[in-house]
Amino acid sequence: MAMANPLLQVRNLVVEFPTRRGTLTAVDDISFDIAEGEVLGVVGESGAGKSMTGAAVIGLLEPPGRIASGEVLLEGRRIDNLPYEKMRRIRGKEIGAIFQDPLTSLNPLYSIGRQLTETIMTHTDMTPTQARARAVELLAEVGIPAPERRVDQYPHQFSGGMRQRVVIALALCVNPRLIIADEPTTALDVSIQAQIIALLKRLCREHGTAVMLVTHDMGVIAETADRVAVMYAGRIAEIGPVREVIKNAKHPYTHGLMGSIPAIGHDADRLEQIPGSMPRLTDIPPGCAFNPRCLHAFDRCRRDRPELIAVDDGQVSCWLYDTAAGRTTAEAKAIVASRSGTAMERADG
Amino acid sequence: MVSYVIRRLLQAALVMLVVAFVSFSLFRFAGDPVNNMVGQEATQEDRRELRERLGLNDPFPVQFGRFVVDALQGEFGISYRLQRPVEDLIAERMPATLELVLVSAVLALITGIPLGVYCGIHRDSWVSRALLTVSLIGVSLPTFVIGILLIYLFSVQMLVLPSFGRGEVVQIGWWSTGFLTFSGWQALILPSITLSLFQLTLIMRLVRSEMLEVMRTDYIKFARARGLSNRAINFGHALKNTLVPVITIVGLNIGSLIAFSIITETVFNWPGMGLLFIKAVQFADVPIMAAYLTMVAFVFVSINLLVDLLYYAIDPRLKVDRGTAAGRLS
Repeated sequence: MAMANPLLQVRNLVVEFPTRRGTLTAVDDISFDIAEGEVLGVVGESGAGKSMTGAAVIGLLEPPGRIASGEVLLEGRRIDNLPYEKMRRIRGKEIGAIFQDPLTSLNPLYSIGRQLTETIMTHTDMTPTQARARAVELLAEVGIPAPERRVDQYPHQFSGGMRQRVVIALALCVNPRLIIADEPTTALDVSIQAQIIALLKRLCREHGTAVMLVTHDMGVIAETADRVAVMYAGRIAEIGPVREVIKNAKHPYTHGLMGSIPAIGHDADRLEQIPGSMPRLTDIPPGCAFNPRCLHAFDRCRRDRPELIAVDDGQVSCWLYDTAAGRTTAEAKAIVASRSGTAMERADG
Repeated sequence: MVSYVIRRLLQAALVMLVVAFVSFSLFRFAGDPVNNMVGQEATQEDRRELRERLGLNDPFPVQFGRFVVDALQGEFGISYRLQRPVEDLIAERMPATLELVLVSAVLALITGIPLGVYCGIHRDSWVSRALLTVSLIGVSLPTFVIGILLIYLFSVQMLVLPSFGRGEVVQIGWWSTGFLTFSGWQALILPSITLSLFQLTLIMRLVRSEMLEVMRTDYIKFARARGLSNRAINFGHALKNTLVPVITIVGLNIGSLIAFSIITETVFNWPGMGLLFIKAVQFADVPIMAAYLTMVAFVFVSINLLVDLLYYAIDPRLKVDRGTAAGRLS
């Protein structure tokens, strides 16, 4: 899918982890774009490579993890091969980050204000007085009451939700173009989650900040994202506009994922579930990584790895949508939507 | 905060009293001082008279009470061997020990902490591996071996540094300092290295392991994501978080530097309190031994108190006022 002027482009990114028992590929040849001001949701199970992708973009892969190949471009400039010092100046200033656990993201020994001013002064020419005024302003913006007083307090004096607001203020303090939010609400109470997501959404809209929102919570994605990328075993299974992916899932994995979400008002006796579990990085099957669990897998799925194929407004990596097979998109979707394991034979015959 | 300090002071006083009691009662069994004080020809009469004069015939509680009351006024009696007030003897010897300890502690801190930080950050570099291996020697070699080795190298073979004594000292009031003369500094080099080597390696290894721990935390990762400079992250965010355990150990170690400089002082014939104590032990000079032990306990108790107060300065979580903490964890 070509985008007019993507802010972030990820091209054929491969992230590897050398271990004693051989090299593991955590992110396997993925490509996607994020437009100015767009919210891209990245969903997947634990270990699908979604957090790794975020860490690779911001250049903070934990060693020995490394980008083995591929490119990351910010406004057309390559940033994945920058020397440490240059990348450091991009982090925080152009790409901000929010991590999962607000309770541990803040240094317990420094006041909130000190952590804010330190970040502001690292990236701008502000004087300490200006930076402090900006810090108070930011705290007010993220909805912290009495910011003039709170600015001098320490992280332990804030509740979990308040701390995540502070973390958001820290990520946004010099107006980055892109924020990578890695499970920003997972560690919080459900009631606080909605507030934090609403805050993040509002701030990013106001500042025109793009967001890469990594989560395993489809509800958060549905509420927040413009587009969503579904990851499975280090690859993108499907990417497209959020309504499209949720209402009209094309990949059998996405379809199964949506079926497993309980819906209020539907009196289903049992939730659907996808049989089996995601393969470990050490034994990803040949062909499509999902094929052992897929109800609709056929020979080719076990042999060749599907690339992303453009379907409607999105892309999906599934051989069912291979135009060379002479199947229409509608037929392929019908197969995915059917629950029977024999659907494939019918379609083939 | 104030009530905390008062509570700690009361505890400290209790500890001191117990230590005074233990050391005083122990030394009653350290041998009969009268035997050493009088000559071979002394008559039974002389001995009895001396015992009476020293108050050794009084009941135990009376002797102990007298000891405590005098100690509170800074008086520890008359040395049996040297026949001079113990407090004067200690005051004479204290500057030598304290200067040695000060130089050793500073040496251990200013080299141990940066080396530990370096090894914590570059854990896999060959330099830090080498340092770690060498530090094992520092941790495991006994002090007297190091001292004798240094003397052999620098005093016997190379003839560059003195092997004993303090060199020339300058008297400032009652304090005699070796800091103001060249020979004083020369004389300080070997003993202070000997005394600090163990502390240095200990501090280095401690800071290293604490740094490794802290570098893995989320707030360091987040600090990186905020684009802070390496210096700010390593020395501002990481090092400060390692300080609480480091201060605990360093504090106790400075205490033991003072208490156990005995060996170094013996090796280098350093005219400090350690040497005074060793000679007092040989002579069963109870007033000096009791005074020394009480003083060492006092040093430890005050350092502990200081360390506890430093925690407050470093970690704001300890000052938590429960109102604003709103029942949060951690």
